Amino acid sequence: MTIDEVRQIILNILEDIAPDEDISSIDDNTKLRDQIDLDSMDFLDIVMELRKRFNIEVPEKDYEHLATLAGCITYLQPLLKDRLAAS
Amino acid sequence: MTKPPRPRNWLKDIQSAYDTVVIGSGLAGMTSANLLAKLGHKVLLAEHHYNLGGMATWFKRKGGHIMDISLHGFPCGMIKTLRKYWSKDISNRVIQLKNVRFDNPQFSINTSFDKIDFTHILKERFGILREVIDEFFQTARGMNFYDDIVMTTRELFEKFFPGRTDVWRFLMEPITYANGSTLDDPAITYGIVFSNFMDKGVFTYQGGTDHLIKEMKKELLKNGVDIRTHCMVEKIYVEDKTVQGVRINGQDISCKSVVSNSNIVTTIEQLVGEENFDPEYIKDVKNVRLNNSSCQVYMGIKKGEKIPHVGDLLFSSEADEYCTEKILSKDITSRTFSFYYPEIRPGTDRYSIVSSTNARYKDWANLSEKEYLHDKHHLEQTTLDALDTYVPGIRKKIDHVEASTPNTFKRYTLHPSGTSFGTKFEGLQVSRDLPKQIKGLFHAGSVGIIMSGWLGAANYGVIVANETDKFLRELSPSLVTV
Repeated sequence: MTIDEVRQIILNILEDIAPDEDISSIDDNTKLRDQIDLDSMDFLDIVMELRKRFNIEVPEKDYEHLATLAGCITYLQPLLKDRLAAS
Repeated sequence: MTKPPRPRNWLKDIQSAYDTVVIGSGLAGMTSANLLAKLGHKVLLAEHHYNLGGMATWFKRKGGHIMDISLHGFPCGMIKTLRKYWSKDISNRVIQLKNVRFDNPQFSINTSFDKIDFTHILKERFGILREVIDEFFQTARGMNFYDDIVMTTRELFEKFFPGRTDVWRFLMEPITYANGSTLDDPAITYGIVFSNFMDKGVFTYQGGTDHLIKEMKKELLKNGVDIRTHCMVEKIYVEDKTVQGVRINGQDISCKSVVSNSNIVTTIEQLVGEENFDPEYIKDVKNVRLNNSSCQVYMGIKKGEKIPHVGDLLFSSEADEYCTEKILSKDITSRTFSFYYPEIRPGTDRYSIVSSTNARYKDWANLSEKEYLHDKHHLEQTTLDALDTYVPGIRKKIDHVEASTPNTFKRYTLHPSGTSFGTKFEGLQVSRDLPKQIKGLFHAGSVGIIMSGWLGAANYGVIVANETDKFLRELSPSLVTV
């Protein structure tokens, strides 16, 4: 998966979790929590979706890497690089 | 000649094995079951009662009455929780209760029960400085459950509003109603729950508890949960510190994991058995204090009769000050009235009123039948007396009144001492540590005050479903749901 594809996957997940938010305007380097209405339960949903869709387990100590979109991409791309984008 | 009907087999066509057995269908159990099924696991939901819902329940009485037990009210966070883990249709039915009333010897106030209105009231009515109010809200909002737990709510209030027992009462009474906590519980339990409410106010579900639970049942079935009512889980089987299965109505069923929505202490001591745990852990279990129970009085308004809008929730008290002892005592005068107007069940023209008070199990458990009936009658009559102040002529407007006590809550929920708010704070850690003791064993339910009430219980169900899902996927790594 390319960086762009990983980015799109994260955006898709965010769109499902926060359907009322404008996902397209998210800035990669600003904390997600400061841009859209996300609480700790929403972050748990991101973790559950990653496990469900890709069998990726994000341990609690790594949650901090999910704070920004750029952080998510950097953290997840190595784990997803050998996967094909969902067909 | 007709044969007597055979007792129905509530386990008919049961499977021999499940990924998860969820014990109990309170909001935590149901939410866990629903999420785990959506994540692709084979789930059995076992409930001993004939209805689903646990404390999120209702009952019907002659004359067309429907009485709700715990519908009014929850924080707005419930909208999101219902949308994400149940359905959009269910979450769309959440409506705000805009008129919350206080009436006691210290003050009489109407409020929308949110931060803006509370700030205004604290400033104008109680004369508190704006900076102090802002800092109080910030402190409450900034509290996390892993914070220092030494400070009590009393100390928190003493710090911000020294000696102002009127302010304490204003801030505390509704939270006592919501989760049974008192001034002597850790301040963080207060801060988290209070902030949840202050976010946007108090909400309820339009359609009534019966409608909500019916819709949830539909979702559970749609997602493939095997729902069994009248099914008592008698035992959780454990071998080599790992869950093997359960016994339900005398029948053994194997499973990889269990989510117990039964009381945490009951789960450990009765369903599993102390011998399966580390002695150190059992010491912690013994130190878990159960939260108090409740009494309620249900009043059904006659068909065709109307009552004026006197508020959605009314915190009424004749006591001079807020006092933990008085709040729990049997001759309590602090009552919360929940008014259910026809808008709660659109299409009907019916009203009902439910009075809730906190209560101790021991005050009700050991009475003779005569004493028990006498005390229940006394509770009903004193409640009607108090309500008459707000709805004059109430006795002429009702055609049904009945009371429930800690005994009633115990009978229907099977909770020890009829606890209606789970455990005190320490119960949370014991619940969180359960899977470290026994592989595949999880607990989701009212614990630690924060994980209590509709929102706390449902969200805790999600947190625990996440851990159960992780556990199950580690057992079967090939499981990928798309």
